[in-house]
Amino acid sequence: MADCNETIRELEAFLDGALSEDGHHAIHSHLEGCTDCLQAFDFHAELRTVIAAKCRNDEMPPGLLSRIEQCFNEDFDGDGRIG
Amino acid sequence: MGAARVDDVADRTQFTEQAMQYAPQLYSAALRMTRNSSDAEDLVQETYLRAYRSYAGFEDGTNLRAWLFRIMTNQYINTYRAKQRRPVETDLDDVEDLYLYRRVGNLGALSRSAEDTLLELFTDDEVKTALEELPEAFRIPVLLADVEGFSYKEIAEMMEVPIGTVMSRLHRGRKAMHKKLYDFAEQRGMLDAGDDEHVKEPTNG
Repeated sequence: MADCNETIRELEAFLDGALSEDGHHAIHSHLEGCTDCLQAFDFHAELRTVIAAKCRNDEMPPGLLSRIEQCFNEDFDGDGRIG
Repeated sequence: MGAARVDDVADRTQFTEQAMQYAPQLYSAALRMTRNSSDAEDLVQETYLRAYRSYAGFEDGTNLRAWLFRIMTNQYINTYRAKQRRPVETDLDDVEDLYLYRRVGNLGALSRSAEDTLLELFTDDEVKTALEELPEAFRIPVLLADVEGFSYKEIAEMMEVPIGTVMSRLHRGRKAMHKKLYDFAEQRGMLDAGDDEHVKEPTNG
């Protein structure tokens, strides 16, 4: 099992799902028994969810989809080239 | 050859139908990259054109979403550098680890739950601005990892840099973004309530 220092150091990679199976397990075990580190983990996990939600809610300009589709349609003679 | 052509058209129809579902995600990401709606529109349109043209190079079983983001990232980096005619900014102030958490994570006054607190602590515009103000070299990996959920390896391929570079830029970029978020919350007076509030010590059973 990892200690607090190691857990905090590896928290980012842990959240990124980038640790080895053993490394992931070591951090996971520590989090189950440590309120402080679990709080840090919860905070950063939630922060990512909030950042992702707030950065991908833009409305597409009307007409963008049809302009893209128009480009596709111009090649529907099937010669593999646009226009 | 006629039959092959019919198949090709059928494949392309299927491809465009599948690819179009990612347009809203690509547009949001394009906005974060270019930081203006007109360039973002152009970038998305160019991405689909390129995807369509190089469809033959798309291997079945490859992740279509990752492939589209790779094309767009590539296109953005090349266009941006050509347009700006200046070196890519790579400087970023160093920020201590856990900067935001140490200042906000224990804020008892605001919290009903951690989720409500963070969701309400920052406005949409503040989070977007905090990301968009990062220099390109840091903005792209943070966008691709934290907003789009791609792995180090996928981001390294999209940006054509080593995985170690992705990791260090992510680490520094995230910290700088978190500091910016803290500054925004402080400017709006969102953190004042925390001053009189004693942080509740975790109780260990």
